Amino acid sequence: MLIYATRRILWLMPTLLAMALVTFLVMHATPGSPLDPIAEGANPLSPEAQRNLAARYGLDRPLWEQFAIFLKKAAQGDFGTSFVYRSRTVAEIIGEALPVSLLLGAMAMAVAVAGGLALGVVAAVHQNRTWDYVSVSVATAGVAVPNFVLAVFLIVLFSLLVPLFPTGGWDSPRAWVLPTLTLALGPLGIVARFTRAAVLDVIRSDFTLTARAKGLSETPVIFKHVLKNALIPVVTVLGPMFAAIGTGSFFVESIFRVPGLGRFFVLSMTGRDYPMIMAVVLTYGAFLAVMNLMVDLVYGVLDPRIRY
Amino acid sequence: MSLTLASGTESEGATPPSELQQSRGQSPRSRGGSLARDALRRLMRNKLAVAGGFVVIALCLLAIFADALAPYPYTKTNFGRLNEGPSRDYPFGTDQLGRDVLSRIIYGARISMLVGLGAQVVIVLIGVPIGALSGYLGGRTDLALTRIVDVMYAFPRLLFVILVMSMLGAGLANIFIAIGVTGWVGIARQTRAQVLALKEKEFTDAARALGAAGGRVLARHIVPNALSPIVVAVTFGIPEAIFTEAALSFIGVGINPPTPSWGQMVGEGQQYLRSYWHLCVFPSIAIAVTMLSFTFLGDGVRDALDPKLQ
Repeated sequence: MLIYATRRILWLMPTLLAMALVTFLVMHATPGSPLDPIAEGANPLSPEAQRNLAARYGLDRPLWEQFAIFLKKAAQGDFGTSFVYRSRTVAEIIGEALPVSLLLGAMAMAVAVAGGLALGVVAAVHQNRTWDYVSVSVATAGVAVPNFVLAVFLIVLFSLLVPLFPTGGWDSPRAWVLPTLTLALGPLGIVARFTRAAVLDVIRSDFTLTARAKGLSETPVIFKHVLKNALIPVVTVLGPMFAAIGTGSFFVESIFRVPGLGRFFVLSMTGRDYPMIMAVVLTYGAFLAVMNLMVDLVYGVLDPRIRY
Repeated sequence: MSLTLASGTESEGATPPSELQQSRGQSPRSRGGSLARDALRRLMRNKLAVAGGFVVIALCLLAIFADALAPYPYTKTNFGRLNEGPSRDYPFGTDQLGRDVLSRIIYGARISMLVGLGAQVVIVLIGVPIGALSGYLGGRTDLALTRIVDVMYAFPRLLFVILVMSMLGAGLANIFIAIGVTGWVGIARQTRAQVLALKEKEFTDAARALGAAGGRVLARHIVPNALSPIVVAVTFGIPEAIFTEAALSFIGVGINPPTPSWGQMVGEGQQYLRSYWHLCVFPSIAIAVTMLSFTFLGDGVRDALDPKLQ
């Protein structure tokens, strides 16, 4: 277990390095540079000014050297200054925006896990009856319908038709409700589908039959015997769930005007904001990798049958 | 749609039977044929999947005959009637340039279907050979290829697609490239796993013993038998590609205007949601219905091809 964990943690470094390298190469291999940006409001510059700027930001050096400099500085936590928001460092921007995204993500996660488990158990217990079909439909809709489409429906329903919540913003907890729900529905569907399958599997097993045979009523059977064992496979979907919430946050944040990290996805890429692109991709990549690692370790703890 | 999918499995049966299997009186043709028929029968029993299949067929027809079905050309502007709600002339209303929203949604089906199906061709052409080679050759080739696949898998997928698109620029061809370059990983993994299992089977040994070269064994005996998981991956890949295009166009790095795309319509309409709900709601419904139909159909195809799951 300890050896496995150490090996996985050591593997994080090469994975992130490879990710940085691929992003760096794609970024530089394509036409268009930060000096002749396609971003709105950019001015065409004279060749001398361009050379000066290139020297100032180190863009005149050979690529491998630029990459080495980036790595050296990134290792010290210095991601440079944003090309677009010139007065602010990338670390500052991320430090401000990431907590907002994390709060939104954590709330969505909580709703998704709680709702998904409930929906999945209800579906399995009432297999092939009305409640099963209702739960499965909700789960499928959550998985299949893109979250920016869900956002539109939720805004129309709960902000325009029945004005319960504001259409956007992040000032009050009331404004948090719709973005959280929108972001949660997809992962909720994933959890519900897996929970249903896992519960169905356990419900048919011998030890459940034994529990029933010794005269336990339905509630303790489900909660004490079935759910406890059904949870194990459900943990494996938490990894993809983090990914769904992470990338989903961009759309949700832009529709609901949430001041999180999501909006920097596209802003940095279309603006050729090299330091920002690297930082955003690596932040998300590192987050996902660490979460996946934790899920795998938790899985090992939960299920004593697993040996590494 | 359901028919073409089933014929995809039928090609499993269309593989030339190896001599040995024929002498055993167990020609894959008859076995494969009944397998496909069984799968089709199971698929037709699944009401949700059948309903999804009908919607998918309707969408394909809509895309093909958009010119005849749309009441107006998608670029036709009417500056006398901007941002109008649904009316008799314009059932879904008009947009900020006075264009008919219904016509633009009908033409939008073209982009969605084109991307959904076209991207799968690219993904299969890249993913299946890589996965098959990796699994069949083993050793260093396998190690190198699986490492690449692992790194690609670690990438936040949509983020990478957005990165590639913002670098390549908007446009239909670039969407194919971006989805293809990032999407082959899953199918390569599936194919590799299948090939690993199949290359140990007796019929592979038999083909080799009869003198078939490695490439021939792989292409004619192993890959055709690995088809059903690939078919399932493709059916789920279609809505994923449609979603990706819609998401890209929503942000503005997908399809170039004035060509209408549902994602782009939602993205533009979303800003005026308070005042002109119809701009956003109708294309949203179109996306939701399409995604749901493909998902139901995909679930049905998966269950039909894998009876163990039931």
